[in-house]
Amino acid sequence: MIEVRSLIKTFGLKPVLRGVDLRLEAGEFVALLGPNGAGKTTLLRILASLARPSLGEVNIAGHRLPAEAAQVRRLLGVVSHQPLLYGDLTAEENLWFYARLYDLPAAQRRINEILEMVGLDRRRRDRVREYSRGMQQRLTIGRAVLHDPKILLFDEPHTGLDQEASAMLDGVLRQVAGQGRTVLMTSHDLLRAADLASRIDILSGGVIARSLRRGQPEWEDLPTLYRAVAMAEGTRG
Amino acid sequence: MAEAAHAGPRSRGGFLRAVAAVIWKDLAAELRSRELLGAMLVFALLVLLIFNFALELDARTRSTVTAGVLWVTFVFAGTLGLNRSMAVEKDRGCLDGLLLAPVDRSAIYFGKVGANLAFLWIVVAVVLPVYSLLYNTNLFVPGLLGVILLGTIGYIGVGTLLSAMAVQARTRDVLLPILLFPVALPVLIPAVKASTGLLQGLPLADIDTWIRLLVAYDVIFLVVAWWVFDYVVEE
Repeated sequence: MIEVRSLIKTFGLKPVLRGVDLRLEAGEFVALLGPNGAGKTTLLRILASLARPSLGEVNIAGHRLPAEAAQVRRLLGVVSHQPLLYGDLTAEENLWFYARLYDLPAAQRRINEILEMVGLDRRRRDRVREYSRGMQQRLTIGRAVLHDPKILLFDEPHTGLDQEASAMLDGVLRQVAGQGRTVLMTSHDLLRAADLASRIDILSGGVIARSLRRGQPEWEDLPTLYRAVAMAEGTRG
Repeated sequence: MAEAAHAGPRSRGGFLRAVAAVIWKDLAAELRSRELLGAMLVFALLVLLIFNFALELDARTRSTVTAGVLWVTFVFAGTLGLNRSMAVEKDRGCLDGLLLAPVDRSAIYFGKVGANLAFLWIVVAVVLPVYSLLYNTNLFVPGLLGVILLGTIGYIGVGTLLSAMAVQARTRDVLLPILLFPVALPVLIPAVKASTGLLQGLPLADIDTWIRLLVAYDVIFLVVAWWVFDYVVEE
């Protein structure tokens, strides 16, 4: 579903990604871990067609990026650090706006489904700026799945949430991921990533330094493995 | 749900729907907050008042400076609106939300142009009668509204493109006027000249060249922006 080969991205002379190879099969939930500045967000932005790769191949559901970005965008749902929602519009108006952009048929029915799914049905006519951070993040996920995308890209979706809101968000994430979608999620929270994902990739030094499947022995002691990989890179760099 | 994912390829109707959606979104958000339009109107009225006190004009001189005062007011208020309009998209990451949509990105550009024009035309609709009262000048001259229409289209057309560029920078508030004013001169000069000619009662044949220039620059700016907007907003 997602195939990345020898991906390099530089900002000016500074290389951020130095040859990333990544492959996600359909229906897989992969968590991408890595220290600050490892290039997780950059990688996700390239996959989302928001940034151009400097070198390398990116293929999503048979479409090459950036050449076929328009076809890819219809297949993607993206959640980033920021809500991507308009504070002065209500939840319903925000979804209605995106439904128009995605040219969704039966938009009102789909908006009702989404608001019910993220538990905001009763607050649908409230302005988004009046929502708590947790409610905004749930609506953000609702916006991301509004057009029923096959692939979800989550960039640290738990950022700024308290324990309760994070737990609620986990429920929504499991629900949207459990519908056969392919999910790539970046995170700093090792335990949460291990709980949600079926595979963990560690991005360090601009490459995928380690890939680990659920069930492998190191999975049980992820923090130790993560520290070892990140420290090895720190020593090299 | 599946029907949503497999909606047919986007058509010209889809492009126009996306343009209309962006315009609706900006107008609806502004209707609630009244941040942008309020600031533009207050600023425009202050500029008019300052000119009113600064320039004590006799009737003859007034006819030569009216167009200049009006266009300075429109340009300053318009720049304020352009800055704010794109900053709203950037601050909450909404620009990414727009760019992720499977629409031709020029639809986003034309949507923003449409909304920015609507705001500026509201300012124009308030400024013209207020100016008429303050300066005791009749601005209801045939053709003047047409020139204002053409001038504002060109100014907002290039301004929306440059504000999409400037919004990426930390110094965006300062950067936009520095970028915009020199680039917009080819629109502003014919707009002021044609407006002055109309207010002085010159025959249409005398200002025909300025109007043609205005139309030509409008077309050039809009076509160039349509071509390059995709590259401007991409990292």
